[in-house]
Amino acid sequence: MAAGFDPSGRLPDVFTNAGTSSFTQFLTQAAPELLPGRRPLPPGLSADIAPHATTIVAIATAEGVVMAGDRRATMGNLIASRDIEKVHPADPYSLIGIAGTAGIGIELMRLFQVELEHYEKIEGTMLSLDGKANRLASMVRGNLGAAMQGLAVVPLFAGYDLAPADPGRAGRIFSFDVAGGLYEETGYDAIGSGSLFAKSALKKKYRAGVGTQDAIRLAVEALYDAADDDTATGGPDVTRKIYPVVMTATADGTHRLTEAEITTVAEAVVAGRMENPGG
Amino acid sequence: MAMQFYASPEQVQRDRSEYARKGIARGRSAVVLTYEGGILLVAENLTSLRKISELYDRIGFAAVGRYNEFESLRRAGVRMADINGLQFDRRDVTGRALANAYTQTLGAIFSETQKPYEVEICVAQVGSSPETDELYRITYDGSVMDEPGFMAMGGSAEAISTVLKERHDVTADLASALALAVKGLGTVGGENGAERELDASRLEVAVLDRRRKGRTFRRISGAALESLLAGGKDQPADDSAPAQGDSAPPAPGEEKPTVSAASVDTEGAPEDGADDKS
Repeated sequence: MAAGFDPSGRLPDVFTNAGTSSFTQFLTQAAPELLPGRRPLPPGLSADIAPHATTIVAIATAEGVVMAGDRRATMGNLIASRDIEKVHPADPYSLIGIAGTAGIGIELMRLFQVELEHYEKIEGTMLSLDGKANRLASMVRGNLGAAMQGLAVVPLFAGYDLAPADPGRAGRIFSFDVAGGLYEETGYDAIGSGSLFAKSALKKKYRAGVGTQDAIRLAVEALYDAADDDTATGGPDVTRKIYPVVMTATADGTHRLTEAEITTVAEAVVAGRMENPGG
Repeated sequence: MAMQFYASPEQVQRDRSEYARKGIARGRSAVVLTYEGGILLVAENLTSLRKISELYDRIGFAAVGRYNEFESLRRAGVRMADINGLQFDRRDVTGRALANAYTQTLGAIFSETQKPYEVEICVAQVGSSPETDELYRITYDGSVMDEPGFMAMGGSAEAISTVLKERHDVTADLASALALAVKGLGTVGGENGAERELDASRLEVAVLDRRRKGRTFRRISGAALESLLAGGKDQPADDSAPAQGDSAPPAPGEEKPTVSAASVDTEGAPEDGADDKS
């Protein structure tokens, strides 16, 4: 397991010392090989060696946030996966979506999930929503070297703020850049190759204070528009019944739309487009 | 030149044991026992510093003795559980592995250092039925015992254990299990051997709820604890009051997505993270 085990079998000091409450910080000492961004890469550009995950949208609602992601992963001109899941709960009140190199993104997301739970167990209290976003930013920053060689990953983070500065804005969205820059977004945001089209769609339709049900519909519409114009984004697949992953985070915690719920929404969107392809 | 006195190894070990036992006996006691719905952990604790904690999905931790020492062991346990859960899978983190790490650590500290740890800890893992629950008692010298469904730790552990042994019942509900634990803790420390009444403000209570998916640990405090002590049912939290998320009912989450490292209950209702608002 970890480096530096005592021959007596005793847990090494790095486990028992007061140290840090951060799991990634702990890993830098106990098992640095588990951290993405700590591995030497061969020189040269390696963008096309692994699948890429594409479009994620997030919308702030009256009750919290909605996040949705399409199901496609691409590798060059090939579709690497039709049913990848790119939106996950980070903890009981926040969601994370990933775009970019899928393998590194998933590893980053798993590490982030453990990071949040670890802090909560060590300190007995959850990180604030801003604290969570800052942790994620520093983890993205750690991947800058790989990003320069084409293995970039950019997450989208959104959550329900349990102690918001403005009570009317408990649902908050944070976006990142490859260098670890952290930006709070107002209303909605999208990342990934189809984000340009998704954001244009949301710009026309989004209204502040939208309800969760309407926001779910808006998110699926935006992904449809992204899939319409971006080859790397997958649209609703009615033949295989593969629809976007949609999750919400509200005061009641996170919820992933069930198969039945998302099927209803996606089929309504597709039916609407039968009459008016432009939405 | 001063003469170095010879001390036999037996004498050294005895002295260390005595030192550790005295240290542990000064503190307040804790009780861990199984009941029909899970494992109940109760400590007498007047401070806000915790003696009971979550280690992983189905594993809890309780300790008595010196705070700085068991706190460092607790952190080590959380770190070990999380690193294994990340590398393998959440199901691969077991109470037995954690108990093993603790016994090795405490054993090495006892035999190699001048001062032994003055702690006694319990690693509890909840199973699907009371028969599959695991309770490990690890003492200051690294010895480990697999306890039969109930255990008391601390200075007057034997007196408390006697009470628990007489009346422990794995089919009891939470309120009766808590009443037994509180009665046990109250049999010691009173003036002239009289029983003490312990109220909610002197107790730290948590359960590992066997019916819950994902993270099963939840604390019971405040109004929920008072009503439970009064013999009431375990009040499910009112949805309108998330501050009582502590006593939230088991929230069956959906099956975990394939690549996630998060617990299954991150999808669904809020869980014990909410306790810190209360």
